[in-house]
Amino acid sequence: MSHDTLARPAKTRRPDGGEPPTAARRRRHWTRRANPVAGLGAFVWLVIVLIPIYAMLSASLTSADKALTGNPLKPPTDPTLDNYNTVLSSGFGHLLTNTAIVAVAVVGIVLALSVPLAYVAVRTRNRWSNAAFRLFLLGVAIPAQAVVVPLYLLIAKLDLYDTLLAVILPTAAFAMPVSVLVLVGSLRDVSEDLYEAMALDGASPSRMLFQLTIPLAKGGISTVVIYSALQAWNGFLFPLIFTQSDGPRVLTLGLFNFVSQFGVNIPAVLASVVLSGIPIFAVYLVARRALVGGLMGVGGK
Amino acid sequence: MTSTVQKTPAVEQGSRKASRVGRPHAVWALPAVLFFTFFAVVPMGLALYLSFTSWDGLGDPRPVGLDNWKKLLDDPRLTQSLTLTVVLTVASWAFQTVVALLLGVWAAGRQRNRAVLSAIFFVPFLLSSTAIAILFYALLDPNFGIIQADTLGSQSGAFLAIVFVGGWQFMPFHTLIYQGGARQIPEVLYQAAAIDGAGRYRQFFSITLPQLRHTITTSTVLIVVGSLTYFETVLILTKGGPGTDTAVLPYLMYEAGFKQYDFGYASAIATTLVVAATGLSLVLVRLTGFGSMRSTREGM
Repeated sequence: MSHDTLARPAKTRRPDGGEPPTAARRRRHWTRRANPVAGLGAFVWLVIVLIPIYAMLSASLTSADKALTGNPLKPPTDPTLDNYNTVLSSGFGHLLTNTAIVAVAVVGIVLALSVPLAYVAVRTRNRWSNAAFRLFLLGVAIPAQAVVVPLYLLIAKLDLYDTLLAVILPTAAFAMPVSVLVLVGSLRDVSEDLYEAMALDGASPSRMLFQLTIPLAKGGISTVVIYSALQAWNGFLFPLIFTQSDGPRVLTLGLFNFVSQFGVNIPAVLASVVLSGIPIFAVYLVARRALVGGLMGVGGK
Repeated sequence: MTSTVQKTPAVEQGSRKASRVGRPHAVWALPAVLFFTFFAVVPMGLALYLSFTSWDGLGDPRPVGLDNWKKLLDDPRLTQSLTLTVVLTVASWAFQTVVALLLGVWAAGRQRNRAVLSAIFFVPFLLSSTAIAILFYALLDPNFGIIQADTLGSQSGAFLAIVFVGGWQFMPFHTLIYQGGARQIPEVLYQAAAIDGAGRYRQFFSITLPQLRHTITTSTVLIVVGSLTYFETVLILTKGGPGTDTAVLPYLMYEAGFKQYDFGYASAIATTLVVAATGLSLVLVRLTGFGSMRSTREGM
């Protein structure tokens, strides 16, 4: 990755930042150059992305009896919100509340446990901290599917079956490996000099963590918040296996049940899918940069 | 990233007093280790143990020796499912890598229209796997759907649907990774190539692709591990069918455990899944150096 270091000065120089004018023009020419073939390809993908979304929205606004006869690609002739009412009166709010509780709890647990671990892995380089870090490095490869049967046994023994905790605890555990990797990467960027300066002032490790490390690792931490919240919001396997009744049912499982509950009423099923996407879509509209940047952090490190 | 110069061995070894004090005790890592061990590592061991027992979820597991493993090796669905996983992985990889790489490199350009389209391309990722599987289940319904044919009723149709739906869902994420990767490529390389007279396609194959090799690795590892653990899409879209044609390992495990209440057999499948996933990850880590994350950061 040495080319990165070499390239940094060149990258930070803007076209108007004192380069010879010809080079500046050439570069602007390169980055702004239109590419019709690629543009066409992007348009094709746009159609592939939009058709299912459009068909979903359009069908969710069509009354159930018309949906089977009409073409789903035609705009609905007299749009109705009946399907949305059906879904909302089938306990959708309850599902949403449960899912929000799970997401908040999972993010809380993941942060409370992973931040100290990453802090130790970066700051205290000894056998124990290395072993702890390696556990999570290997943990990335453990598929959640592989442990549901024994987890079912553990959850039953702990008397947690069919509770929200039965969803929260394993979801948090399985969000941890990636979170730890992201946090270690981000905490390593905090300069040693700053720690030394604080140590000379007699700061304790916990004061350093709260006053120095956490404020400077905000990027990594927000990535972890987004990643673990999405894991919790979209998780399906653990709720499917560890819950049963209406009480602790979360959104994904609720959707799955709507499929059998509404049966052939496909417009109502699609309305529930639309409704399930609205909260995240709202976050996306408000905080697109943070969300996209955070996810780039998951993949990019 | 700015501290490269300061991280010299002398400081690391703590020759100065300042660098030795103020370091947290390793015990700070203990809660995380215990939590993860209890909910992920211990269950893995338990899965191995349960695979040598017969247990229907009630009462206590009864040891049966190698019965489950013999049954698994004789199960024609095992070979079918392993083959399916390999084909599914290769197909998903090819589809997602080609499209995401091209879209990502395209989206890395700073044009306004590219930014707008990228924002739209991201939308499928906002829906959960469950929601997306249900959406396509509805759209592919022969009575209702866009395609007026029983797509999910045929072997190749069901397989292609799974590959397509997975791609539709995860393309935004991989595109994003490639977009980030492409933006990291030093502009000077393109300038030099342009001066040497390299055209757009030459630049793509001689600069963009080689410069993206780490990104391709990251994306590949995620796709491979993801394909091995495909579950929601299969459960909702095809229920492993038609017949057992799309029954991937996680689905077989789910059926054995939570439909037939044969937890011993399900555990044998689960153990196989762990071995396959770990083995595959180790091979990928070896081949690509993905695990040396620490040391690649070291030089930055």
